[in-house]
Amino acid sequence: MSAPSTPTASPPAGSGGLLLFSAVGALVAFFCAGLSQDPIFRLQAETFALAGVIAAFFLTAGLSGGTLRDEPDRYSDNVIKAGVIATMFWSAAGLLVGVIIAAQLSWPRIFYFPEAGWLNFGRLRPLHTSAVVFAFGGNALIATSFWVVQRTCKARLAGGIAPWFVFWGYQLFIVLAATGYLMGATQSREYAEPEWYTDLWLTVVWVTYLLVFLGTIWKRKEPHIYVANWFYLAFIVTIALLHLVNNAGLPVGLLNHKSYGVFSGVQDALVQWWYGHNAVGFFLTAGFLAMMYYYVPKRVERPVYSYRLSIVHFWSLIFIYIWAGPHHLHYTALPQWAQTLGMTFSIMLWMPSWGGMINGLMTLSGAWDKLRTDPVVRMMVVSIAFYGMATFEGPVMSIRAVNALSHYTDWTIGHVHSGALGWVGFISFGAVYCMVPWLWKKPAMYSNKLIE
Amino acid sequence: MSVWKHHTKVERNSLLLVIGILIVVSIGGLVEIAPLFWLQGTIEKVGGVRPYTPLELNGRDIYVREGCYVCHSQMIRPLRDEVERYGHYSLAAESMYDHPFQWGSKRTGPDLARVGGKYSDSWHRDHLIDPRSVVPESVMPPYKFLAEKELDYRDVADRMKTLRAEGVPYTADQIANAKKDLEAQADPFSTDAVAMRDRYGGKAANRDFDGDPDKITEMDALVAYLQMLGTTVDFKSYKAQSPENMR
Repeated sequence: MSAPSTPTASPPAGSGGLLLFSAVGALVAFFCAGLSQDPIFRLQAETFALAGVIAAFFLTAGLSGGTLRDEPDRYSDNVIKAGVIATMFWSAAGLLVGVIIAAQLSWPRIFYFPEAGWLNFGRLRPLHTSAVVFAFGGNALIATSFWVVQRTCKARLAGGIAPWFVFWGYQLFIVLAATGYLMGATQSREYAEPEWYTDLWLTVVWVTYLLVFLGTIWKRKEPHIYVANWFYLAFIVTIALLHLVNNAGLPVGLLNHKSYGVFSGVQDALVQWWYGHNAVGFFLTAGFLAMMYYYVPKRVERPVYSYRLSIVHFWSLIFIYIWAGPHHLHYTALPQWAQTLGMTFSIMLWMPSWGGMINGLMTLSGAWDKLRTDPVVRMMVVSIAFYGMATFEGPVMSIRAVNALSHYTDWTIGHVHSGALGWVGFISFGAVYCMVPWLWKKPAMYSNKLIE
Repeated sequence: MSVWKHHTKVERNSLLLVIGILIVVSIGGLVEIAPLFWLQGTIEKVGGVRPYTPLELNGRDIYVREGCYVCHSQMIRPLRDEVERYGHYSLAAESMYDHPFQWGSKRTGPDLARVGGKYSDSWHRDHLIDPRSVVPESVMPPYKFLAEKELDYRDVADRMKTLRAEGVPYTADQIANAKKDLEAQADPFSTDAVAMRDRYGGKAANRDFDGDPDKITEMDALVAYLQMLGTTVDFKSYKAQSPENMR
């Protein structure tokens, strides 16, 4: 994989097509912006058009200048470098918004501005949750999955220019969603707030992502698909399914930002929490377990503790997670049989979750001394410990009697933060600390002391 | 032993893996969600619940737009402290026309399922403009701009048509008169108010909700929505103990 590519190499497959797509997309978006009576839709269409123009400009420059070259005999690492930078950027942005909205709740007389309603808590909270979960977490998942799938399949990413489309398309999704929240474009579906056109755009990006990932697996030179890739695949496929069902809706007009979901009332509540809980289960759990299954063994230079445990806990985890949604709706107008089913499966979920924790922690067998010398390993172990604690607390909170107390309170917010900061944050930072020296060909991180 | 051998087939074939994942993750959702659409007992049969008037609908859309649901629930649980504070526990029927539902998941502020009629219009207006002027310990953001911003209701009939396509029983008459009804509801002296009440029921309020007779503002719409929350169900006709309501 290391033979240098010749300077006369052709551009990545699909570059011309993407150029055409960007130009046409920009043109259509400009027309939509011009024709729309709706100020929010107009601004969102203009944002889309601007992105199309920028993409077309850089593609044209890259194609005519010859800087856009395919290197079929190398791993595609540049898109991962971009992903790592985006991950760090969005993590800073997401955490900053979190600090701001926490300050708003603590000092409402200082941090609210009557003249700037778009900075109110109700519009900033979705910005915080989406920035952390989808912008920070999503970029971390896409970047690491691109790294892992290439290394474990011994194949370059499939699809020519497509991985770059996935990366920039996903950033455009984040920008459309974030600016939309500030302007008041929201479906009010928690963790799925973006409006219908942003959802459609994400669908295009996500299907491309799935195809790039699968295409790379098809090109693999290893007979077996590595366990981390099962988790990445489950994450990509299930998120697609959840996204499509939960966001099913009708726009008020083709040039109107507003849409209404097809479900209502009690059915809508369960669809939403089926989605909401599995955004946790498949985005924040399966995806980051995939990260754990690659970076932990790699960093401590030990094989995964148990192959059989990984099979059992993979299938039981993805089977049981899907049922757990109704525990968000205890004592509500949701029929009791559904609540009881949700609670039962939530408690059962404790076992496969801890299967993952045990498999991750025990991978350190024989390498526990690294905890003393390598702060990155310590970071990963803290992450897995948080995973274990959060997946124990979760089943406890799903018990109806406990939930009667915990629901609607900050206990839930605390629980989410132990999962999202403790588990997702620490494992992502651990993975980033592994990858940065690998990607930029450095012997080590700048300072171990700073990591400490 | 052989189970582990069989698993190597899945590990070697990505399509088998994807199909396996899809089957495994579909079961739970199908068993839990699908029956809610055909089990008769899911939504109680109870009188009084009606679709929102055009003004209330716009108010509801503002409620959604501002993210009120991130701090306010609209779901009173059948627990003693909640029933004593907020009133009768919420019925599924009360949100049957809600696209999307607004049950919420967090109570930084109080539940709003039955806030309608609990405070005066002017209390709501003062509270929304500066929450701490009436509730000193409140952490709610100020919504002064709602009182200044004129309501943009050019597409209100389209909104109702979209909801009708999704099953909300708006009549052709209601859609044809959407703008007229909206203007009538916010004007206590309107001659069209009688017709509006004929279309949406006698309990539909007809007031100048924001106290500003010169224009229809977003404040008018939001207060109209808040003031009708939880007021539609006829609890005289609802028998909580009857077998079909024991869920």
